[in-house]
Amino acid sequence: MIDTHAATDVTSTDTPAVSRGGLPLDRVPLAVHDLTVAYYRKPVLWDVDFEAPEGKLIAIVGPNGAGKSTLIKAALDLVPRTSGRVLFYGKPYRRQRQLIGYVPQRESVDWDFPVTALDVVVMGRYGQVGWCRPVGRQHREAARAALEHVGMGDFAGRQISQLSGGQQQRVFLARALAQDARLYFMDEPFAGVDAATEKAIVRILHELRSGGRTVIAVHHDLQTVPEYFDHVLLVNLRVVAAGPTASTFTSENLQKTFGGRLTLLDQAAHALASRR
Amino acid sequence: MTWYPLDTGIVLVGALSAVACALLGNFLVLKRISMMGDALSHAVLPGLAIAFLLTGSRGSLTMFIGAAVAGVLTAAISQWVSELGQVEESASLGVVFTALFALGLILIVRGADAVDLDPGCVLYGSLELVPLESWNVAGFPLPRAAAPLAVACVLNLGFLLLFYKELKVSTFDPALAKTLGIPARLLHYVLMTLIAVTTVAAFESVGSILVIAMLIVPPATAHLLTDRLPVMLLLSVVLAMAAAVLGHVAAITVPTWFGYADTSTAGMMAVVAGLLFGLAVLAAPRYGLARRVAQQFAVTLRIAREDALGLLYRIEETQAGVSAAAVPRLLREALGGSSLLNHWALRSLRRAGHITRADAEYRLTDAGRATARTLIRAHRLWESYLTKHLALRPDQVHAPAHRIEHFTTGAMREALAGDVEPATQDPHGRSIPDEPSAGEASAVQ
Amino acid sequence: MLRSQGLTPLATDLDPSRVAPRCAGTVTRALRPFLHGRRGILACLCMASVVLLAPDAAVGGTETHPEADRSLRAPATWQLPSVPQVMRVLSLRDYNTRVVVVGTMLLGAGAGIIGTFLLLRKRALMADALSHAALPGIALAFIVLEAAGLSGKSRFGLLSGALVFGAAGVGAVLMIRRWTRVKEDAALAIVLSVFFGLGVALLGVIQRMATGNAAGLEAFIYGKTASMLFSDAVWIGAVAGVVMVVCGMFFKEFTLLCFDQDFAGTQGRSGLLLDTLMLGLAVLITVIGLQAVGLILIVALLVIPPAAARFWTHRLPVMAVIAAGFGALSGLLGASVSALAPRLPAGAIIILVAALLFGVSLLFAPARGFLSTAWQRFRLERKVGQQHVLRALFESGEPLVQQAQGKPGAAAAAGPVPFAALLAQRSWSPATLRRLLAAARRAGLTRRDGDDAYHLTDAGLAAARRAVRNHRLWELYLLTHAEVATSHVDHNADALEDVLDPTLVAQLEETLAAQHPHLAAATGPAGEGPAVAAAVPPSPHRLPGQGAQDVPAGRAGNVSGRR
Repeated sequence: MIDTHAATDVTSTDTPAVSRGGLPLDRVPLAVHDLTVAYYRKPVLWDVDFEAPEGKLIAIVGPNGAGKSTLIKAALDLVPRTSGRVLFYGKPYRRQRQLIGYVPQRESVDWDFPVTALDVVVMGRYGQVGWCRPVGRQHREAARAALEHVGMGDFAGRQISQLSGGQQQRVFLARALAQDARLYFMDEPFAGVDAATEKAIVRILHELRSGGRTVIAVHHDLQTVPEYFDHVLLVNLRVVAAGPTASTFTSENLQKTFGGRLTLLDQAAHALASRR
Repeated sequence: MTWYPLDTGIVLVGALSAVACALLGNFLVLKRISMMGDALSHAVLPGLAIAFLLTGSRGSLTMFIGAAVAGVLTAAISQWVSELGQVEESASLGVVFTALFALGLILIVRGADAVDLDPGCVLYGSLELVPLESWNVAGFPLPRAAAPLAVACVLNLGFLLLFYKELKVSTFDPALAKTLGIPARLLHYVLMTLIAVTTVAAFESVGSILVIAMLIVPPATAHLLTDRLPVMLLLSVVLAMAAAVLGHVAAITVPTWFGYADTSTAGMMAVVAGLLFGLAVLAAPRYGLARRVAQQFAVTLRIAREDALGLLYRIEETQAGVSAAAVPRLLREALGGSSLLNHWALRSLRRAGHITRADAEYRLTDAGRATARTLIRAHRLWESYLTKHLALRPDQVHAPAHRIEHFTTGAMREALAGDVEPATQDPHGRSIPDEPSAGEASAVQ
Repeated sequence: MLRSQGLTPLATDLDPSRVAPRCAGTVTRALRPFLHGRRGILACLCMASVVLLAPDAAVGGTETHPEADRSLRAPATWQLPSVPQVMRVLSLRDYNTRVVVVGTMLLGAGAGIIGTFLLLRKRALMADALSHAALPGIALAFIVLEAAGLSGKSRFGLLSGALVFGAAGVGAVLMIRRWTRVKEDAALAIVLSVFFGLGVALLGVIQRMATGNAAGLEAFIYGKTASMLFSDAVWIGAVAGVVMVVCGMFFKEFTLLCFDQDFAGTQGRSGLLLDTLMLGLAVLITVIGLQAVGLILIVALLVIPPAAARFWTHRLPVMAVIAAGFGALSGLLGASVSALAPRLPAGAIIILVAALLFGVSLLFAPARGFLSTAWQRFRLERKVGQQHVLRALFESGEPLVQQAQGKPGAAAAAGPVPFAALLAQRSWSPATLRRLLAAARRAGLTRRDGDDAYHLTDAGLAAARRAVRNHRLWELYLLTHAEVATSHVDHNADALEDVLDPTLVAQLEETLAAQHPHLAAATGPAGEGPAVAAAVPPSPHRLPGQGAQDVPAGRAGNVSGRR
């Protein structure tokens, strides 16, 4: 009765070989077409069309309840889509799983869980380990390297509830690094972190970019958008604007996205003025 | 207390069922669905009844299949009800398991009527009767009931070992598991199946409600004691075994203290497990209440000690001799705190050599003075800082400075001093003491 | 070694002639299943479960009304009840039936009300824990009473014990949650099973006591619904009355407590007091119900009727009343059925009736029931699909349609749109598009040309214009009123006027007209209704040549906005 998959099923015959932007689809990390998500009667996302360029840091920006996290979750099949199609490098998600890393919001897990920081990072490698196999030494070492890379090497043996919020976020980031994906989704990676962590995350984002990876992150702090991200996707139920930060992150588009929230706009205007 | 060979059999069966349950229970506790254990142990009833009605057999295999199907259905139906009807999960569990249990009862009364039923007891278990039916293995009477439980233990352990990492990730972060391609839902249902089967295997010995005790209490206790999953699994097994052994000992000894006969081992196993849990709540190394209370007390005492030192320092500053008898009163008036606490604080300061009591007066020793000076320095630096940056009036800054002075490190003092430079006086006009010299500081240690 | 032979046969069967020999059962008899091994787990399960719920005449049997015997002495085989029997039950002529029906109805009503609050406080399973926790109280009260030389079956004594331990169980759950890192679910399971274990151990002591006549104690605990005594019903009535009165008095406060989980914390003592009062009422009704109808039934009555009532309403007072009604109805129907089929355990039948009510509510309730929401969802998706088709057809020929507006045959002006062109408009699969087109054709909105091309009929044009207009106005609304937008947006409403203030709609249209004067001049043909008469506003962001602010700048790069 509920036809959620008919629209998402993609057969080779009706998959266009090129994206709307004219690129071959396998060069487009994420192509979202007509994505609509509704919880019961309420639309949460509405006809979203969006193609992410490869090798860029992309911020999803919008007011509370605009559907930013839902966009990521719907792309990753974590919430059901009402209609629409999502392709990763030209193929549906279930065939590209190993290319995609996901950093959920920090609140989404139980931090009392009896695992160490290293254990959490090792989980990022599970997709490559295979069923019923123990985690081999090379995976353990990769995880440790990822942990060191985010500056958390000294905390490998700590239980995760004994880490600060920023350190927890860095553990999550290390887990994503350990996954070694081509496209990363991050849900509010900067939420509630200390300055050192913020710096570390930015450094890692830049490293990922120079490695040709694509990062799509939900971001809350308008002031830092121009500084941290190359591209921006302004969302308020639908895509208000998308494109390179310099041309898209304008006060006019922000006005459209955030409406009359003057305090936020003032912040953003301040940020823009200081950048240019 | 006399120990018969039969007691060994009872303990063996009790321990096997406890271990089989505890192994799986860890994941119920970590998934925060502990009450699923309660629901499953009730809801297998219709499964057993239908399996019997369909096959007419009461063989173990039939019963296990019936229980497994019922277990999966319980988990699935309560999930559907909760998703389709937007019902809170625990409520939907409550609806489903009571209804299935009632259905099972009616099926049994209606359909199994032909069976010659004798009173037994699932709820209590019949652990005491287990050794009456034994195989003789190498001269040792091995209770027959141990066999299915041993199989359940091996099965559960195998499941845990084989799918350890998948279970771990899908319990910790189901969304990640899904993005890694690990079928978290399938694993969940396999877990439910195993619990249902284990429940049935353990019914006969520990009884259905006590299955819940063994599923949940040892893992919850273990989680209070450790932060490592493998250690938690191991500890839960050890605790389960301990509950079985101690439970049986308690069952045959405790009632005799009151002049009664012995009592149900299964019941006492649950009680012992509960006592072990209580012990862990109180005395767990990191998460125990005792430690938390002790830590809080240590902080309170440290603050009281520092307050006392600060008071004496200020008295010295004003050159007013104050009799020892008056100090506790002044402490109480100036700083609050119970007199008992202040008394303790003064005593521990004297023991540590920070103050002396001579000529009916408390005096600071050099070490004490150095400590007091850092404290007063922090206090007055903070007062200056607050006045300077927050534009507070001098009479507003004492209280916040008084609270924060106890948590100000050397680096913070340095930063503060740099900030309020070149002030040498606090807003009240009192001089800010210098940082103690290295020699004095070492005396503090 | 027979020191632990304590399987005192429990009076479980309804047929006294079968019960009697079992009650007198010897040790050998009790052991037989295990000695012979013929009877395995099922035998154990069956009997113990029957004990749990089965009506039982053992306790205070002398008090049983003589007529009760008749209903108990039912034929051993199942027969359909005769019409007079049905009438007899329904008219409550039987004294015993009357007592049972009234008692269970009162209990159901009281439990339904307090259960509503428990459910909304997310404490539905608290009833489960506390009813199990009451067991050691009963057993301990029995031991103490016997040791003091009193009758171990004093109702007051046993109920006090149950009350104390029930409350202790609730307290233990709350304390574990407050003071340790153990989560609520585990706290419930721990209290439930450990207290019950203590109860079992104490019962074990009682069974082996020289003086104790414990045969009836389990029945006292597990209930005896079908042979409820008048005095039981009076007690239930009194407790249910107290529950209703207190809930009535504190309705606002309880509502607030349920609505805001942190209320108890912020309100300090009064919040805590209210919470305690609410849980105290739950303990009270659980204990009284435990004694009268058994453990599982009282849990079911506290959980199922409120959960069922939740489907029918969004308002708490209504929900409480419906829950009470469902509880009473379950009692009435369940007790009546069990009076007609006395071989079946009455408690189990009442639960199944309640579960049936729950199932019916889950499926059919208009407010939150599954069918109703599924139907809404289905209609929504059908409508969204249809609008997509209409919009695709309309927008394919938009310039022509705009020009031809108001002229006869305007619909045809759009010209037939080939299937392939439509397919390219959205991310629909060919099958989906064919299905949608077929549906639109059936509805008389589109026509098919011979050449696998489609165009709008006049009716279709009107509908398409309405859809496009609403869509574009919503888009504009999202752009201009972003700060309040997401909570108000319902792009599936037939018209903005249904959701938004009419003056606001007029304002939006003006805005569009001001931005695009050359497009706003067109007016719809008369007689199509106000919604259609209004011009189709242009898309606020998609039309070319409207300046940079309307076209996402990202079009220049790879990141593209809407087409």
